[in-house]
Amino acid sequence: MNILSKRYYFFAFSLILIISGLTLLAINGVPLSLDFTGGTLFEVQFENGKTPDTSTILSIYEDSNIDDAQITSTEIGSVIIRSSFLTNEVRDEVLKDLKTASDSEVTVIRFDSVGPSIGRQVTQRAAIAVAVASILVVLFIIWSFRKVENAFRYGVCAILAMLHDIAIIFSITGIGAYFFNWQVDSLFLTALLTVIGFSMQDTIVVFDRIRENSNILRRLEYEKLVNHSIVQTLQRSINTQLMTVEFLLLALALFGGVTLQEFAIVLLVGLLSGTYSSIFVAAPILVVWEKREWQTWFGRSANA
Amino acid sequence: MIRNLTNRIILIVVVVALSLWIDLSREILIPNPFSNTNEALFSRDVEPRLGLDLQGGLQVLLEADIPADQTIDSEAMEVARQIVQQRTDALGVNENVITVAGDRRIVGEFPGLADTESVLATIQQTGLLEFVDTGDDLPEAGTILLTDYSPTGEPVTAGEGEKIYHTIFTGAEIDSISVSPNQFGGGYSINFALKSNGAQIFGQHTAANIGKILAITLDKQVISAPVINDAIIGGQGTITGDFTFEEANAFAIQLRYGSLPVPLKIVETRIIGPTLGADSLNKSLIAGGIGMIIVALFMIIYYRMPGIVAVLSILIYAAIAFAVFKWFHFTLTLPGIAGFMLSTGTALDSNILIFERMKEELRNGKTLNQAMDQGWTRAWSSIRDSNLAAIITSIILFWFGSSFGATIVKGFSLTLALGVIISLFTAIYVTRTILAIFIRSFKPQNYERWFGL
Repeated sequence: MNILSKRYYFFAFSLILIISGLTLLAINGVPLSLDFTGGTLFEVQFENGKTPDTSTILSIYEDSNIDDAQITSTEIGSVIIRSSFLTNEVRDEVLKDLKTASDSEVTVIRFDSVGPSIGRQVTQRAAIAVAVASILVVLFIIWSFRKVENAFRYGVCAILAMLHDIAIIFSITGIGAYFFNWQVDSLFLTALLTVIGFSMQDTIVVFDRIRENSNILRRLEYEKLVNHSIVQTLQRSINTQLMTVEFLLLALALFGGVTLQEFAIVLLVGLLSGTYSSIFVAAPILVVWEKREWQTWFGRSANA
Repeated sequence: MIRNLTNRIILIVVVVALSLWIDLSREILIPNPFSNTNEALFSRDVEPRLGLDLQGGLQVLLEADIPADQTIDSEAMEVARQIVQQRTDALGVNENVITVAGDRRIVGEFPGLADTESVLATIQQTGLLEFVDTGDDLPEAGTILLTDYSPTGEPVTAGEGEKIYHTIFTGAEIDSISVSPNQFGGGYSINFALKSNGAQIFGQHTAANIGKILAITLDKQVISAPVINDAIIGGQGTITGDFTFEEANAFAIQLRYGSLPVPLKIVETRIIGPTLGADSLNKSLIAGGIGMIIVALFMIIYYRMPGIVAVLSILIYAAIAFAVFKWFHFTLTLPGIAGFMLSTGTALDSNILIFERMKEELRNGKTLNQAMDQGWTRAWSSIRDSNLAAIITSIILFWFGSSFGATIVKGFSLTLALGVIISLFTAIYVTRTILAIFIRSFKPQNYERWFGL
């Protein structure tokens, strides 16, 4: 099986996916949830049939000087009200007014209130965490591959594969945001971090085989060596992927709730991408690098 | 070939037995055999702890209400944490966990809490009690007084037409406090006793200022403003106000545990209703269960005998991991469950790596024992490196989560890292031992049938 000969098709496939999703994201902006922007989500449930209409709820909020409330109702009959940051005092007031207006018991299902300054810091710290983790992993890979020629390349390629997966995740988020009103929240962050971890794991398994084979098959041309290593680890990649994905698909189907569904889909796509990128991105780039193929990219091959 | 198979089996049986014991109990108790009373030699509570998202509850993020460029003493944050802990303990809530996150934040978690209002109110109040000399001015209860006492040490400046009063002493001088019903009429009053230093100041001040007003303020707000009738020697006093029992009690709690060294403001509140929590717990348990069954079926159909071994090994892995979580009182949250599921994926991956390697060696005509040895040695380097990379990532995430109070990320990385470490033990040690036992007992000849070659 010659996988590597088609490497530019794989690169093109990834690029199309990434560019289309990122374009959507660029046009519509990153849909940040209140975890990052600050604000309040208030989910309440009224007694059967006593849910007040939207304008009543809006006017209760306006009485408390909150005029940016947005109201959506859920499948289970509860009402989600999003607004700017609500203090606990205002919430108690609103809750009391809701009870009076609807003449019903009001059950608080969820109340998330995040101050505006917190969100920005979360984003910053998350970026730092990802950067620090990547640098450490590159150093680790370089150290671990120190006996192989060009150990540095393996580290860089692992990071490129990881960046590919991050781009794919943002791309799928862009698509989800456009079609299903997805939002980037702290669960999304968890999914992103997981994918990064597993992208590394997958890449290392493939690279490990290259490392092993390069000791045994010294005479083999580098491209054939890498291809051989990919084919050898393919069965493992498929089986592991099938199982972890299977796990998550089920979780996705059964967890229900909109937030977790989003989490599961992002994880699912991210993990698939992690396996895909280790085989079809990281390893081929190693070969491109070895052969210095960029010298022939822009038509100069004709002169060579 | 495995030497010392018996030793290996004994170790595994002991570990599994201990894990199951912890898994199935609520408390580990070893009675003292030499004692006639029921004194315990050793006991540890291993009740499973569910996070807010699984049983509902309240989470608040408090931030020091001090300009961002000002550094805060880490000791002061710790004292503030303890005070928040004591205040909320006194409200009678269970399992409340208060932790310092980073250098200017405190996370408070109250699983299963229904009455969020009283907790939020209690936490937020600074609880700064002052005894203020207002001279001949008689402030009404509820007015805000400007005083010369400032917890941060910054000088207090008065605006146009405002007057700064002198604080004689603060709540820090209070030794003990109690609530009693008023002798006349309804309502409750608060009795306090001062420490010796405070008693002296109080005595001197009251002796020198008979006929003047002594205002008592909480967070600069006047609670009562009695006229000094006599010198009060001995440091005993009463704050008479028209308090209800709850008010008096909440007030007493604040005085008893002192004022916060740093003012705190609530920057994030999350309340999860109990039904949402229970729903998430059920769904994740069902998803985990069905996922496990499908994976087990796949492993057995595809890898045959080693597949059965892998399933046993994963079950042992789950038993150990759950026992570790319970023993160290880790709180299980939804992201924590996600981390655990993914580390289960890693555990499976290790098994798959080894079995694929074994099959390869068998196809190359190696004997069963050779293939087993080679399978493990050859797969080890990739299992080691990939798991180490996962552990490095989890450590960074854990640091990120705990320095920021992002409990989601913290729970996730903790279960992931622990799961990966445990999976190393089960894949390398347990799977191999069980497979060796199986091969000895069944002596498989037909590799196609037994190993799905």
